[in-house]
Amino acid sequence: MVNVTRGFRSRRFATDDRLPPGQYLTDGFPVLSAGPTPAVPQDEWSFMVRNGGQVLRSWAWDEFMALDAQDITVDIHCVTRWSRLDTTWRGVAVDDLLADVDTAAEYVLARSYGGYTTNLPLEDLLDGKAWIAYEHDGEDLPPEHGGPARLLIPHLYLWKSAKWIKSLDLVEDDDPGFWETLGYHDYGDPWREQRYQGD
Amino acid sequence: MTEHRDGNSLAGALADIFAAEITSAQVQCRACGLATTLAQLLVYGPEPGYVGRCPGCAEHVLRVAKTPAGTWLDLGGSTSLLFSTMAPSPTGAASSARTGRVSS
Repeated sequence: MVNVTRGFRSRRFATDDRLPPGQYLTDGFPVLSAGPTPAVPQDEWSFMVRNGGQVLRSWAWDEFMALDAQDITVDIHCVTRWSRLDTTWRGVAVDDLLADVDTAAEYVLARSYGGYTTNLPLEDLLDGKAWIAYEHDGEDLPPEHGGPARLLIPHLYLWKSAKWIKSLDLVEDDDPGFWETLGYHDYGDPWREQRYQGD
Repeated sequence: MTEHRDGNSLAGALADIFAAEITSAQVQCRACGLATTLAQLLVYGPEPGYVGRCPGCAEHVLRVAKTPAGTWLDLGGSTSLLFSTMAPSPTGAASSARTGRVSS
């Protein structure tokens, strides 16, 4: 085994070090959609946290903008094999949105405007691992990339970062979401190349 | 005779159906009831999968994804598929043998 000090690595080696297996780098931001882009004006947007169908928290756009926000720089990885490094976002940590929420739930079903869903373990949304993002590259998040706001959970394949997020539903059962019911992996860790069921 | 058989006994019947030109089959949307041909669906994809949406209400009618394990087909957004007796065969001749309704 050879230990290499990061400062002496070539740029390419350092980049490859951040590229999960089976992925290629792109500077673009491809748009993949399973349906029409929902038109959700900011003044009609709201976001909820629900538990067992009961609304625990709800924010209108202006209320959400008043929450403490973070600037985030992360690598993102799509199951269709492209990856982008050092993408920049601004949003609210899910930790803050779920602060003081008392629940026995172990899973979350993220629901979007337009009907998209994806399932996640609750613990994967906590401890600084996930945000509700509303800016990308210093601009309002464009509708084709999930604006007004999307879930951002960069340690999982990007289909888990639900565009046009509408609610996080705290649930006891890990019921699969839109792509998870059509052969895609339940968890989706790019570093373990969990693309499909059985991976 | 009430004993069941395994799914292999369906092979012949399903091969008849899905060998047909499926895009001319009529599909009914489970959400709004609109009946259209598959060719009239609004299709998104191909990655991560194809999503065929109803031209009336935009709900998904069918989904198809190809994975290393095989082809996943979800017809849960439809109530039925109608393969018309008048549908042209792949060779262009009308078929009188292929007919049936598939409910999901």
